[in-house]
Formats: sequence, C-alpha cells, structure tokens
Amino acid sequence: MVAVPIGSLIGAVILSSIILLATGHDPLATWQRLLERGFFSEGALSATLVQATPLLLTGLAAAAAFRMQTWNIGAEGQLYLGAVGASGIAIALQSQSAALVIPAMVLAGLVTGAAWAAIPGALRAFFRTNEIITSLMLNYVGGLLITYLIFDSHSYWRELSTFTSRVFPQGKYLSPSAAWPSLQIAGIGVPFGFFIGMFAAAGLWMLYRSTRFGFEARVIGDSRSAAHYAGIRTRRKIVAVMALSGAFAGLGGASEIGDFRHVLDPRGLQQASFGYGGIVVAALARLNPFAVIVVALLLGGLSNGGFSLQGADFPAGLVGTLQGLILFCALAGELLVHYKIRLGRPAGVSHKPADAARVGAA
Amino acid sequence: MIPIDPESVTAGPVPAVTMRGITKRFPGVVANEQVDFEALEGEIHALLGENGAGKSTLSNILTGLYRPDEGEILVRGNPVAFHSPRDAIEAGIGMVHQHFRLAASFTVAENLVLGHRDAADRGFLLEPRVIQGRVAELARRYRMPVDPGARVWQLSVGEQQRVEILKALYRGARILILDEPTSLLTPQESKNLFETLRLMVAEGRTVIFISHKLEEVMAVSTRVTVLRQGKLIGTVLTKETNPRQLARMMVGRDVVFTQKKEAVAQTERDVVLDLRGVTALSDLGTLALQKVDLTVHAGEIVGIAGVAGNGQRELAEVITGMRRLTSGTVSIAGRAMRSGDPLAAIQQSVSHVPEDRMGTGVAPSLSIADNLVLKSYRRAPISPQGWLRAGRIRANAVDLMRRFNISAPGPQTPTRLLSGGNVQKVLLARELSSRPKVLVAASPTRGLDVAATDAVRALLLEAAARGVAILLISEDLDEILALADRIAVLYGGRIMGVVERQKAVVEELGLMMAGAA
Repeated sequence: MVAVPIGSLIGAVILSSIILLATGHDPLATWQRLLERGFFSEGALSATLVQATPLLLTGLAAAAAFRMQTWNIGAEGQLYLGAVGASGIAIALQSQSAALVIPAMVLAGLVTGAAWAAIPGALRAFFRTNEIITSLMLNYVGGLLITYLIFDSHSYWRELSTFTSRVFPQGKYLSPSAAWPSLQIAGIGVPFGFFIGMFAAAGLWMLYRSTRFGFEARVIGDSRSAAHYAGIRTRRKIVAVMALSGAFAGLGGASEIGDFRHVLDPRGLQQASFGYGGIVVAALARLNPFAVIVVALLLGGLSNGGFSLQGADFPAGLVGTLQGLILFCALAGELLVHYKIRLGRPAGVSHKPADAARVGAA
Repeated sequence: MIPIDPESVTAGPVPAVTMRGITKRFPGVVANEQVDFEALEGEIHALLGENGAGKSTLSNILTGLYRPDEGEILVRGNPVAFHSPRDAIEAGIGMVHQHFRLAASFTVAENLVLGHRDAADRGFLLEPRVIQGRVAELARRYRMPVDPGARVWQLSVGEQQRVEILKALYRGARILILDEPTSLLTPQESKNLFETLRLMVAEGRTVIFISHKLEEVMAVSTRVTVLRQGKLIGTVLTKETNPRQLARMMVGRDVVFTQKKEAVAQTERDVVLDLRGVTALSDLGTLALQKVDLTVHAGEIVGIAGVAGNGQRELAEVITGMRRLTSGTVSIAGRAMRSGDPLAAIQQSVSHVPEDRMGTGVAPSLSIADNLVLKSYRRAPISPQGWLRAGRIRANAVDLMRRFNISAPGPQTPTRLLSGGNVQKVLLARELSSRPKVLVAASPTRGLDVAATDAVRALLLEAAARGVAILLISEDLDEILALADRIAVLYGGRIMGVVERQKAVVEELGLMMAGAA
C-alpha cells in the first residue's frame, strides 16, 4: 500500500531533477525551497490552507459522485454558482449581523451548487444523457455567467457606485459582517471553510458507510441492474447524488467568497480551476473522504510552494512543469497499482488468475 | 499440412491425436496435470467433466490457443508444437466453440472463407459463386441444410452452429472439437447434430465431444475420457459403462439426481401467482410475450420449457416487476401487482433468482453480507430509522451462510470471488429467507457443477414443500421433468401448451419447443 506512493514520489523527484538540471537550476535547493514555502516556513501553512480549502470541498464533491460511478465533472461550474449564490445573499443582507449573514451564505452556496449539479443529474436520470459531457459543458456556461454578471451587465453583483468601477468593471465588495472567521490554531489561520470541509468529510464518510442512502449508492455504483432488481429508485438517486456533489462544490464557492475574496471575482475564480483540481484530489485519495483532507493539504502546499518559487530566475512555466510531473507520477502510480509486470512469458496468452479460473471452467 | 507417413496408415483404429503428460498451470491453479488423452480416427470421443475440470484448457491446448507447460502432442503419430491456432488448423484440427465466433452481418459463405486462404482466392477478390457452390456441397454431404447466401444474423442458433461446423470442415479439419454443442439446441436439433457427427466419423474423421451431460455422452460417443480437477480419471468404452459409473468418475462419489418432486394435489391449494393476458415488449421493442395466461398454486412448481429467446427472460421480468406490461395483469395471492415496479414485487413477497446472477442477482463487488441484505436493507431490523446496523448485517450473513452452506472466507468477502454455485446459494439464501409467496427461478442451475446443482434443486423442493409457488424457467428439460408438477412450453412469446408431468412425453415437448405443435 505504501510502496506505490513512495515509488511515485521517487519517480517524480528523479524526473523533475533532470529537468531542473537541464535548465540550470540546483534541484536540491529547489526542492528545499518548495517544501519550505509550502509547509515549513513562517506562515506557509496558512497560505497553503488558502489553496487547500477549495480543493478539499471540490475533492469531496468529486468523491461523493464518483463513489456511485456518477461522473460529475462539473464541480468547477458548481463552485462558480455557489460563489454567485453566497455573494448575492451577502449583498442582500449586508446590513445584518455576521450570525445571520454567514449561515445564509453557507446555505446559499449549498443550494445553488446543488441546483446547478441537479441539471445534469436530472438529464442523466430521465433522458439518459451522458453526465460527463453535460456537467462539463455547464462549467463553461457557469464561467460565462459569472463573467456576464460582472463584465457584461449591470447586475446586482456588479459595483456601479463609482466612476472607475463603471469603466473598469468589478464586483461589489461585501460588508465585514460577511467575512468568515478564521480560527487561529498554533499560529496557523484555519479558514472557516476548511472546518466545514472537515465536518463534511466526516458526514460523507458516515453517509456512505452506515445509511440506507449510502447502501443504495454503493449498489448503484457497483451494478445498475442489481440496483433495479433490488427495487432501488435509481433515477431519484442519481439526481440526489449529483445534487449532493454539487452542494459540496457550491460550498467551496461560498468559502472562496466568505473566506478569501469577499467579492465575486470571475477572473480569479476561473484562473484557479479548483473544480478540476478537486477531481485530481479525489482520485489520489481513492475517493476516501478522510484521505481527501490530506491530499487537499498536500496539493494545496504544492501549489502554494509553487507560487513562491516563481521569480526572475525561475519562470512560471517551469513551476507548472514541476507540479505537472509530480501529479503525473502520482496518478501513474495509482493506475499502475492495477497492473503487474511479468517477464519471460510468450505474448498473446492471458496471465490473469481470474481468466485462468474462467478457462478452467469447461 | 503434416506429411502423412504411409507406414502409419494401417488397418484398424489409428490414433488421430495423442496428448501425453500435458500439464498447464495458471497462477494459483493447475488446470491440467499430467493428462494423457488419445482420440482415434473414426470415433466420437467424449470429454466429460464438471465445470473447472480442465476440459476447456485441454481443448485450448489442442487448438493452439495455449501452450502446455509440459507434455507432448502428436497428430497422427507426428509430434507437433502449435504456436498459434493457425498451426492447429493447418494440422487439421478444428474447433466449434460454445459461443460462436461468426461475423453476424456477413453471409454464411463469407464467414467460411474469413481469414482462410485457398486456391479459390484471387488476391483480394472473392468468388462468391465458387465458394457458395462448395459450401452447398459440404452442407449436402453432411446433411446440414443451410443457405450459403444467408446472413448469419438471420439464422437460428442451430443453423449458426452448422455454419461453425462447416467452417471447420471447409478448412480441412480431420479432427473436430465441439464444446458443449447441445447446450442451446432443441432435442430435435441435437438429434440432427448427432446424425451429422456420425456421418463425419464414418469417413474416418475424429470428433471430440465436450460435455457434462451424461445422457448425450452415452447416446453419441464411442469412448469417454473423464477429467476431474485437472487430472485424468480414466478412459472407458461407452458400451461398457453406464451413467452411474460416469457420474461417479466425474464427481468422485455416487451422485445421481435423486431429487424428484412429490406431486401436490393442486386443486386443494390456492392460486398464488396468476397471469391473465400478459403481453410485453422485448428490449428491442418487439412483442416478447403475447397474451400469456398462467397460474401457479401454493407449493407447486410450474416449469417453463423452451429454447432461449422465446420470451423466458421477459416472463420472469414481468412477474418480478422489472419489465412493464403492455396489457394484462399479474396478481399475487389475488392482489393485482403494479407493473414495472420491482419494489412493489418485493413488497408483495415475490422472490426472484434472475438468469444473470452475477451482475443482476448480486452486486458483484459488494460483500456477501451486503448482498444478503440487498432487499431487506430498507427495513428494521437491518436499518431502523435509516441507519444500517453493521452488527445485524453481519449476524444475518453468518446465520444464512451456515444455514445455506455457503463456503467463503467470510461474510466480508466480495461476492464476485465466489464460485458460481456459491453465488447461487447467496442468491437463494436471500430470496428464500424473506419468506416469499412466489419464487421465480430462471435457469437456476445453469453452469453449476453436479454437487451445486443438486443443492440448488434441493432448496427449490424444500421451498415448494413450505408452500412457495415456484415458477421454474429452464432450458434443461431434464431439470424441468425432475422438478416441475406442470410444464408449460413457451415458444415465440406464447404458451404452446401446459401438461402435467406424469403425462408429459419428451418428444411432444420438444415439438412444442420448436413451435411445431
């Protein structure tokens, strides 16, 4: 179980060291800097959590859906919609106290994310469309929607009170009561969204492990026809699981607004592409909610450390290359777990024991 | 071609193929261990054994699909080493697989020349008329009527099998291996097949006939070789043996199907399952069931006989709510059932052992324990207030595994790792422990070995004795004759007739199965 991740890590170190050497950098120093800025230096973990929080929530979104073999690739768009919902309600309630505004934002994020995900869910359940394609396409719709709200219209979300804001479009900044609290633990600022995410992970784990809902999802995920046979309402279930997945992603959007940005920022949200990052997180965590927390932290640190590597002597492209190599090796390791390498056998003959048992059966 | 040494062609039986000391290992399994096998020219040699006995592995070695780890193969006395199926074909060995390997959209003649080169080819151009003429000639000679110009998808299963045999003959097979050739045929079609095989061996060809059906082995073969757990048990002359001895060789103990149902006086019993004018469509939207009327009484087993694809699957599905009716009603104990709702069927105590046990009957990757609560998970005591009780799920599994004799490492073992017989026991354990009123069992013993078949049949009889109304859908006529009180024959989605077992005549049933009555 441990050999594969370690092997992947070694592979990643070797491959990136080759590239670093070829571009005239000292690999050891680079690695040291990456780890320090990501995890060990002053304030590193707080900055890492900024990246890890949305990854945690979108990672849970992906895990919730993938566990039932429902392929929600739309966490990206659901996160945008969550941000729209949370910022909208915060603007509407700007004169209210934090005790009212913050729960309302959380709820709005959950609901809008869930509703956005329910669209491909319902299409899948009732019209048998492929949810991979519809949820992916809705990401672009969501992206265009938030761009429209700020750049191409005089919407409720757009700041229009000053001259500069009318010329250079931007969203309304939220009142301080809409800023989510950050909890200081041993000098590290833990965003409120990260806390919610940890509870959500525990909830998801419980849901799949010991409820009727989770049992049904497991059966559907394993065999649709067995689920139909057992009298499980598979169509409702697909919509429900998609909505649940979207709710997690929408929460990620709400946290982006409440914890970090405090404004609906279409460019920043689209640049970060946390929704797609969440798919990687879920895959590396093998869809285990608790592992999602750990993997989100690691990938958050990697991307945070990457930001600080950038400089005059270290181009952003090289940072991206290093991050890409690390992810590549990690995912390759995950894939290779399912294969065994055998030497010295003729080709064209199956060696899998499962097949052997089958051929044995006359 | 292997050059034939004139010295070796002498009078009397000549070994067409000899396998000596064949061993084939797969990771974790020894599929064949030191197996000696010899088939003579001009004989039908049956290869008999339970599932997993190594029959298929041995024939795959003989057809060049696998290479043996040890041992040698001689064709007409000459050692051969096959590196691919093509080598085996060139040595005159042909195989008819259980699942046909034909291109459905091609004609019969095209299928015969597919992948085969001979003098009739002129580069890429095929000469359809020349080929069709030859095919027609072969078909006449072996009494296998088939239209060379017909496309394979238009043919019945029996006709497709003839095409497979013709294909092997066309490629010059002197030794023909047939893997469970009668499994999909009606009794009449089987008889015709046996005639063809006899014609072929009369010409000095060799037929190797793989089967686990004792009756047909007794009827058609010259000699029988029995394998058990990858080892050779022995080769006997058919006329010097009997089914009982073969069964003993096959399973290593005396097993005869002693299961036979006591007739129930059905007039005294209540009608539990009642179908009136049931009409339903197939997945393709064609009419699969047409105005089916059928009743099953408490404690009665009604057998549905027929060749696969005549509406059996749809019949099972309409009763268990998995398929919608287009007209008619299904009633359970006098109450009409909601059509197309599996949950309604479960709530009205209809149990179902589906044809596709792995995949539909169980969720393969889930544990045995989870599969045993696949239908009861939604109620107390398994999930009071929506929360699953892990302890009760486990206790339920331990109890059922003991009562139904399910052998597995433990309740948490993924169900897909079990043997076919144990999967079926998991299914039956779940379906029978829910105290059903009706049980629909579709091909409940297909693919199971003798011991598992016996166990499954015993469970069905036990359930009937407790008053369950059982609809047994099976392609195995012997099974239906052993278990059913009444037999209904399904053909083209219609019930051709219902007969009581005591009055049933196999030939008549066969005719009805072929739609001739």
